[in-house]
Amino acid sequence: MTSFLISVVIAGTPLLFATLGEIITEKSGHLNLGVEGMMLVGAVAGFGFGIITGNPIVAILGAMVAGALTALIYGFLTITLRANQVVSGLALTIFGTGFSSYIGTNFIGKKMPDNIIEFYKPIEIPLLSKIPFIGQIFFNQDIFVYLGYLTVIALGIYLYKTNIGMNLRAIGENPSAADGAGIRVSWYKYVHILIGGALCGLGGAYLSVVEVPAWQDNITAGRGWIAIALVIFSKWNPYKAIFAAYFFGGLSIAGFRLQHLSIPQSLLDALPYLFTIVVLVISSMKKSQENAPPKGLSVPYFREER
Amino acid sequence: MSNQVFVKMENICKSFGTVRANHNVNFQVNQGEIHALLGENGAGKSTLMNMLSGFYKPDSGSIFIGDQPIVLHSPKDAIKYGVGMIHQHYKLVEVMSAKENITLGQKGSFLINPKKITQEIKAVAEKYGLPIDPDKKIYDMSIGEKQSVEILKVLYAGANILIMDEPTAVLTPQETEKLFVIMRKMAEMGCAIIIITHKLHEVMAVSDRVTILRKGETVTTVDTKSSSPKELTDLMVGAQVDLSIDRPQVKRGLESLKVNKLNAYDENKVHVLDDISFSMYSGEILGVAGVAGSGQKELCEAIAGLYPITSGEVIYDNENLVGHSPAEIIKKGITMSFIPEDRLGMGLVASMDMIDNYLIKDHHNQKGLFLKRKPIENLCNEMIHKLDIKTPSVFHPVKQLSGGNIQKVLIGREIETNPHILITAYAVRGLDINASHTIYDLVNEQKKKGVAVLFIGEDLDVLLELCDRIMVVCDGKVMGIVDAAQTSKEALGFMMAGQKMEVLHD
Repeated sequence: MTSFLISVVIAGTPLLFATLGEIITEKSGHLNLGVEGMMLVGAVAGFGFGIITGNPIVAILGAMVAGALTALIYGFLTITLRANQVVSGLALTIFGTGFSSYIGTNFIGKKMPDNIIEFYKPIEIPLLSKIPFIGQIFFNQDIFVYLGYLTVIALGIYLYKTNIGMNLRAIGENPSAADGAGIRVSWYKYVHILIGGALCGLGGAYLSVVEVPAWQDNITAGRGWIAIALVIFSKWNPYKAIFAAYFFGGLSIAGFRLQHLSIPQSLLDALPYLFTIVVLVISSMKKSQENAPPKGLSVPYFREER
Repeated sequence: MSNQVFVKMENICKSFGTVRANHNVNFQVNQGEIHALLGENGAGKSTLMNMLSGFYKPDSGSIFIGDQPIVLHSPKDAIKYGVGMIHQHYKLVEVMSAKENITLGQKGSFLINPKKITQEIKAVAEKYGLPIDPDKKIYDMSIGEKQSVEILKVLYAGANILIMDEPTAVLTPQETEKLFVIMRKMAEMGCAIIIITHKLHEVMAVSDRVTILRKGETVTTVDTKSSSPKELTDLMVGAQVDLSIDRPQVKRGLESLKVNKLNAYDENKVHVLDDISFSMYSGEILGVAGVAGSGQKELCEAIAGLYPITSGEVIYDNENLVGHSPAEIIKKGITMSFIPEDRLGMGLVASMDMIDNYLIKDHHNQKGLFLKRKPIENLCNEMIHKLDIKTPSVFHPVKQLSGGNIQKVLIGREIETNPHILITAYAVRGLDINASHTIYDLVNEQKKKGVAVLFIGEDLDVLLELCDRIMVVCDGKVMGIVDAAQTSKEALGFMMAGQKMEVLHD
């Protein structure tokens, strides 16, 4: 059981990064459906930088920069040119999928250098890992998993306890009000879309550099889409996102665990996607002011519009 | 009030595409004065003030604060120079608390210090006499409370030039009076206050000076004390205007609609329509007076078949309409036009042009598979001509028209269907004098044609002059139906506050 739960956390981690990335993007009022694309670009960039430089840190930073640059395309289209966000996001996913396949042909059959695998092997945290049951699950993991926890807390504080976080939320809700209050709307949007892209890239790199760690085409296998649903499931709240991500991480590996039961494999594989639909149906039935999407989501902002 | 010039705008020009909103406008405000900016819809008042608050950039012209020429690139710059604008449609984040909205965009510590901010806000609030609960969420607030937050927001940011764009449009008379007290207090403390409005009695009541704009140009600036509503109107319209409203004598026809003991509850189980009974006659305008939210909206919707009715009847042509679909009711010749507070919420599709908006209601009457736009286009052009609707063409999205013109399109469409019964709620909401009179004329014309009109209004003076009978509602109950020619504003006021009067049956 413990070993299963350990792998649940690992499976949930890429989802967590992508979900947090999309939360911060959507808080700025932008629906970026390019999560899958940004994850794939991050995955291929992380893998590429890892193989070429053999440096674990460069691999990860490279993936984040690649994710952010991909998001920059989306940002330019939707902020500066005020293009339709849905279409721009879909285009980004198509672009990212193609780009990663193209670059990835060089990497087929290759593995991460051993020093990188070694670098990202689980590290026991003194004291905390000694907590019965929980300790082994949550505090005997690789650096990425810990980084995930930290990102959740940092994002939570940022959004709800700081002035800039409040400004960001205001932009997502009512950009005109934020503008009137003297907040630099476009600047904020760019910054947070780029941060969102970097987090998605990070999520993708976790797959190719740590979890798998070999290159396979379309390595994300739809996780980007699940992350978008998880944003809704977690009601745009980073603290809830961690539960949502681990829950879906668990679903995605439940298939392997339940193989001995006589359930068709294809049905097991479809489990996370089925649950995604169920979650979307349930969360769209409950309506309240507080847990609603940002009001300005996917509406382009133009100051002089009448 | 000192005579020191505080704000000066010189030769301001601004165009939107081909529309010239401001042309060589000159405008000056002194310290400690309340300055009214008066003009008809589309005269360029809001545009001018949006430039002073940094939302729009002028095409040419200069702005001075004190003696210093300034260039405003964004609202942020305007705040820096002490200019704060309270927009007609409040710019507030609904899911945030008053406190968060007020401190939005302010330079502060990295982490939010809630206690300190609450104290600061309370201090400003007390100084100006604005009652407010800093932790209340905006979506839980009444319109008056939201306005207090808006005012506090600009005061907290340190503004000493306050621009208020039609601040009273959605307030009750009591709330308006309170607002005026606060405005005077702010002026006493040395702020300059600019109020955009087209309600003349408010201009007379609160302002020190008035600047009048017409068609994007400055007409003149006058001292309020040495002027009169009549003079201001003439200046605003640019011609002699007759302020009185016509009430043509039409012989009252047969009873055309009878509402009998109508009851309805809203989703919170509040009794919104409580035993409402009245009759409408052809060739008569029945006015409805009442404090906002006394059941007027529900009554309109109930008759039009849009609101669930618990019990009671709506009898038309010997048939009970309760339970019929809205489409069937429209077919029988009963039309309803409701102008909500935001003017665009009901009845028209903002991004569609006039023709398509007309077609939404008319397409069932067309035969064949495809829509025929040509005949409607002619009809719309006629309507533009007849109602003097200002639009570049019939193919222009209605949301780009000014408020008054949007309302003319809506009411024009309802009238064009040749109804037997016309229900119209807040038809002149936010309209200037000229546009309002066009609407009154339209309604009167329908009356002469023998239509039974239900006219739900806000302005008691208008109801008294225009309507034949007035029904007063309060908390969903009919307080009385009186003859408009033989009643007074005071009597109506008492009934609106809940005092019963004799119901006039004939």
